[in-house]
Amino acid sequence: MNKVVSNRLLANNIHAIEVEAPLIARSRKPGNFVILRVGDKGERIPLTIADADVEKGTITLVVQKVGASSAKIVSLQPGDMVTDLVGPLGQNTHISKVGTVLALAGGLGAAPLLPIVKGFKEAGNRVLTVLAARNKDLLILREELGAYSDELLIMTDDGSEGKKGVVTVGGEEFINREKVDLAIAIGPAIMMKFAAQMTKKYDIPTICSLNTIMVDGTGMCGACRVTVGGETKFTCVDGPEFDGHAIDFDELLNRLGAYKEEECKLPVK
Amino acid sequence: MSKEKYTEMRNQPWRDELRKAVPMKERTAGERVKMNEVDPAERIKSQLLEVNLGLTPEQAQAEAKRCMDCANHPCINGCPVGIDIPTFVKQIEKGEFGKAANTLREYSSLPAVCGRVCPQEKQCEAQCTYHKMKKEPVAIGYLERFAADYAIKNPGECPKPEKKPANGIKIAAIGAGPTSLAFAGDMAKLGYDVTVFEALHEIGGVLKYGIPEFRLPNSIVDSELKAMEELGVKFVTNFLVGRTATLEQLSEEHGFKAFYVGSGAGLPRFMNIPGENLNGVMSSNEYLTRVNLMGAGSEDSETPVLRGNTVMVVGGGNTAMDSVRTAKRLGAERAIIVYRRSREEMPARLEEVHHAEQEGIEFMTLHNPIEYIGTEKGRVRAVRLQKMELGEPDASGRRKPVPIKDAIVELPIDLAVVAVGVSPNPLLLRTLKGVELSKWGTIVVNEETNQSSDPDIFAGGDIVRGGATVILAMGDGRKAAASMDEYLRKKYNLD
Ligand SMILES: Cc1cc2nc3c(=O)[nH]c(=O)nc-3n(C[C@H](O)[C@H](O)[C@H](O)COP(=O)(O)OP(=O)(O)OC[C@H]3O[C@@H](n4cnc5c(N)ncnc54)[C@H](O)[C@@H]3O)c2cc1C
Ligand SMILES: Cc1cc2nc3c(=O)[nH]c(=O)nc-3n(C[C@H](O)[C@H](O)[C@H](O)COP(=O)(O)OP(=O)(O)OC[C@H]3O[C@@H](n4cnc5c(N)ncnc54)[C@H](O)[C@@H]3O)c2cc1C
Ligand code: SF4
Ligand code: SF4
Ligand code: FES
Repeated sequence: MNKVVSNRLLANNIHAIEVEAPLIARSRKPGNFVILRVGDKGERIPLTIADADVEKGTITLVVQKVGASSAKIVSLQPGDMVTDLVGPLGQNTHISKVGTVLALAGGLGAAPLLPIVKGFKEAGNRVLTVLAARNKDLLILREELGAYSDELLIMTDDGSEGKKGVVTVGGEEFINREKVDLAIAIGPAIMMKFAAQMTKKYDIPTICSLNTIMVDGTGMCGACRVTVGGETKFTCVDGPEFDGHAIDFDELLNRLGAYKEEECKLPVK
Repeated sequence: MSKEKYTEMRNQPWRDELRKAVPMKERTAGERVKMNEVDPAERIKSQLLEVNLGLTPEQAQAEAKRCMDCANHPCINGCPVGIDIPTFVKQIEKGEFGKAANTLREYSSLPAVCGRVCPQEKQCEAQCTYHKMKKEPVAIGYLERFAADYAIKNPGECPKPEKKPANGIKIAAIGAGPTSLAFAGDMAKLGYDVTVFEALHEIGGVLKYGIPEFRLPNSIVDSELKAMEELGVKFVTNFLVGRTATLEQLSEEHGFKAFYVGSGAGLPRFMNIPGENLNGVMSSNEYLTRVNLMGAGSEDSETPVLRGNTVMVVGGGNTAMDSVRTAKRLGAERAIIVYRRSREEMPARLEEVHHAEQEGIEFMTLHNPIEYIGTEKGRVRAVRLQKMELGEPDASGRRKPVPIKDAIVELPIDLAVVAVGVSPNPLLLRTLKGVELSKWGTIVVNEETNQSSDPDIFAGGDIVRGGATVILAMGDGRKAAASMDEYLRKKYNLD
């Protein structure tokens, strides 16, 4: 059982939840995630560790309410308990000094991207960040990302804030302006697919962090498998980050839909 | 057990009397007892209903009477942990069920589990003298289960195990499967301060997440766990050793002096054939975990599981049988085992294959999947199967299946569960420095002591054997406890 310390609304339906987890706070690295469960009948839900405070012994998760399980998580109040919490899981982001890093955040992708942006900045890189969302109400972690970016470009699909357009447009603007050595794209699978296609044109190595369906998160079930460079990988132990140019995004998109409600019932003959 | 000890046990007056009380002819005239089971039509409606109901005391005593109390006790040689079978069986015959349970306890930490899941027909029962007489062996497994269940229901009759005074030495077991449980129980009795770390949110390893309740109820596993807690064993769930904290941190900061690694063989194998990543194709670990650990079969669970009208399960082991019978219980009209060898080579327990047949499971032996075919929406709709025939024996001594040229059939399915084996989970191993691994990724240990190349780290169960049985895992845990105790006594001058 882990105690919830705070729950802050970041944007419409998106909450930052701080949870007591001293050991995880200490051992986590950028790119890692946890799996948690709320209630005895709860599902095991993977969530990226957006931030950690070693002194306080807490980790921060940024959660978007999309379905039943995430709704339960965002409804937790300070003092409430998370039934189960395990981590840190997944491989760390390989952070080094590469030169100029282009960080592309789509919607909630800003949360997993934050510790990575922070890491690359602290390693002495020039960091250019594009934060994009469907509309201005869905923009999150703007200040936090801004604090660790040399430049921050805000984009919305509908133009309600910042520039109008999708994340790839903003990314290409930077690429056309200066040399980019590494791109990191995190967001919905479809956004990462287009981001990787775009950077491929310019031959820029690109990392994407995948949010596959998971159960255990320790390599035991294979629910999280993806094809990368023609090989099957387990996202929870081999990932969640992979070479964006090698990921089979169409398969990923298909697998993300595996448990759409109607699919679980017995098919009607 | 030494010959002397056995002779001494066998020659006790009560046992002598019991032997002489019934003429041998009468003993061997009886038929082997039939297990009481729930009717197949009834039991396939529930994932939770245990199929075997156990024996009544009368049935158990009658079966125990069949045992001839052989002086050379071949059955004991067939048991991987050398349980004194004739003694506990004779105690049942005499009606001293609690004592029978205590005899079992001397050798096994998990008798109620092993009585249910041991492949008896290949172990103890395979050696029974009855085979020489062309008769069915004594039902040792049923009797073991009977005595162990009796002890769970009548705790008063079984004295709590003695515990040595606490010696203040902290040790840890990694993984909470049968091997660690056996280890932890023994070490607690020896006076150590034992903590078991488990990555999942439940204790029990495969006993909880793999083997379904219709074969091994969780309540049975839980009663064993309770006994261990009473001994002072501490359990920490949601702790992934190597990640949440490393072994170095556990020893340097938390003072653990030695470790037992029982992290199992949890990495599922796939076949690497086209279409395997379609929706509706999954590992047996995923399927069984969703249903057993997460309760996905029941209405109130938030974890979903895919259902199918026609479910194919690939494989011939216990995992395959558990998956296919689970599919039946989740509403499949056709639940089919596809196995590349013939029925004789199936490694599953005989009883499970038999129960599966009763439940209407179909068997397509000598078939092997070569490709899955999906719908436009990316869900599996069919599988192409290569027909096989048996050729020359391979390295395992079994006849090798070889494809029959051009003999390929297509089977329409809407769910496929792949149960073709597991490998050691490399997650923890990557963080263990100084521990020698084999080329299969298992931990190399001294067979006598279960000590690894790092003297403070012992290991056993599936992480050493690469996929075995509960009884072997349990036996490893006990062996490791005895040798770790000896090692630590020397190292810390405890005597
Ligand atoms: C490694 C990893 C890290 C993750 N990190 C985070 C994180 O930091 N914050 C976070 O909120 N989520 C994160 N996710 C995703 C998160 O686990 C899922 O959003 C969550 O499981 C949704 O559960 P649910 O039961 O509420 O929704 P469901 O009932 O499963 O889904 C409801 C609806 O939302 C859609 N949906 C589900 N997940 C997503 C998604 N990720 N994006 C867009 N639509 C989706 C479904 O298709 C469905 O239509 C991560 C996933 C992985 C694998
Ligand atoms: C479906 C199925 C049916 C079976 N049926 C039978 C049967 O009928 N009869 C029989 O004898 N055998 C059967 N077996 C085999 C038997 O269950 C195993 O041989 C036995 O469970 C091995 O025990 P173990 O303790 O070594 O490992 P496991 O039972 O696998 O337990 C290992 C535990 O370690 C945990 N773990 C792993 N890594 C870490 C880490 N880094 N930190 C913390 N925890 C960790 C895992 O989560 C797991 O709980 C079956 C197996 C399966 C899968
Ligand atoms: S533990 Fe298994 S092999 Fe040994 S006696 Fe019991 S059932 Fe037989
Ligand atoms: S071999 Fe069979 S008959 Fe003989 S002692 Fe063992 S169980 Fe009894
Ligand atoms: S989530 Fe089960 S193997 Fe990755």
